[in-house]
Amino acid sequence: MKNKVMLLLGALLPLAASPLFAQGAAAAGKGDVAMLGLALGAGIAIGVAALGGGIGQGLAVSSALEGIARNPSAADKIFTPMIIGLALIESLVIYGLVIAFILQGKI
Amino acid sequence: MEHGITWGELLLEPLQHWLAGLGVDPEPATDALIVTAVLIVLAYFGGRKFRQQALVPPDGRVGFSFVMETVVAKMLAFFDGIIHSGARPVFLLLGTFALFILFNNLLGLVPGFNPPTDQFNVTVVLALMTFFTAHFLGIREHGWAYVKKFMGPVWWLAPLMFPIELISHLVRPLSLAMRLFGNMTGDHKVVAVFTLLLPLGLPVPFMGLGVFVSCLQAFVFVLLSSVYFQDALDHPH
Repeated sequence: MKNKVMLLLGALLPLAASPLFAQGAAAAGKGDVAMLGLALGAGIAIGVAALGGGIGQGLAVSSALEGIARNPSAADKIFTPMIIGLALIESLVIYGLVIAFILQGKI
Repeated sequence: MEHGITWGELLLEPLQHWLAGLGVDPEPATDALIVTAVLIVLAYFGGRKFRQQALVPPDGRVGFSFVMETVVAKMLAFFDGIIHSGARPVFLLLGTFALFILFNNLLGLVPGFNPPTDQFNVTVVLALMTFFTAHFLGIREHGWAYVKKFMGPVWWLAPLMFPIELISHLVRPLSLAMRLFGNMTGDHKVVAVFTLLLPLGLPVPFMGLGVFVSCLQAFVFVLLSSVYFQDALDHPH
């Protein structure tokens, strides 16, 4: 019970950052909504990219580990394609990160 | 986040003025030239023993020439495994890519240097070189029948396959460039943020990650380049 309360509080913790949104209104130049849109877009871009990338890499590594567990002597032959697969999956996350950089630079 | 001071700014001012006069952005160009100089020195001294004689007996010690020879031989064996018709024609390009990108990436971990590969300009050039070389190889191998490879397996799928293949071929250099650029920039920024937080000791695991990512990204770049070359050279079944 206590664990669930702590989990819920931890999930609500990012809302404590909402006072930071109030400062954005003071800056001139772009409109408030534009800056909000850019900032949210940057954050959500990398967040969702990391979510999908994490799941994808988790699947890849879990298959590789299962293969190694079945046949420990093939560990080296499994490790190299696993690393290549991880790098290719990670490249999709990097595309999201680049978009996040571009959006964050426009704020 | 300010830029900081680089060794290029401190020590190589005349070079930077000359480069800026040519219209080239001096920051990545200076670092890239430093890497080129290091690679030329390594290549010269590494291969000197092999240029002096035709047959060199192995002398059983792990010397500098031995390390260089092993690196080059292993790379050639790796590319031969991917490109079925022999990797010798493209080995100069792929080997240079591998060592150039590797040393450029690792340069970012040396304090006072920025990795040139964290500029999108640099990575786009490397990716475009791969793109043009792949298509040049394909046209040289197949002639104008190279276009048939875009058509897909059966002729009545051609109107559907051709745009898809065209877009996928055009996206390849973009994805190569963005992968390398994003990895290097993100990595550098992560180390910078953690150095701002606690300069003593905290960045060390992230620099270790940086070494790993640098080597891996150079490897993935040349792996994908050689796969694209093989795809262009491949005879359709």
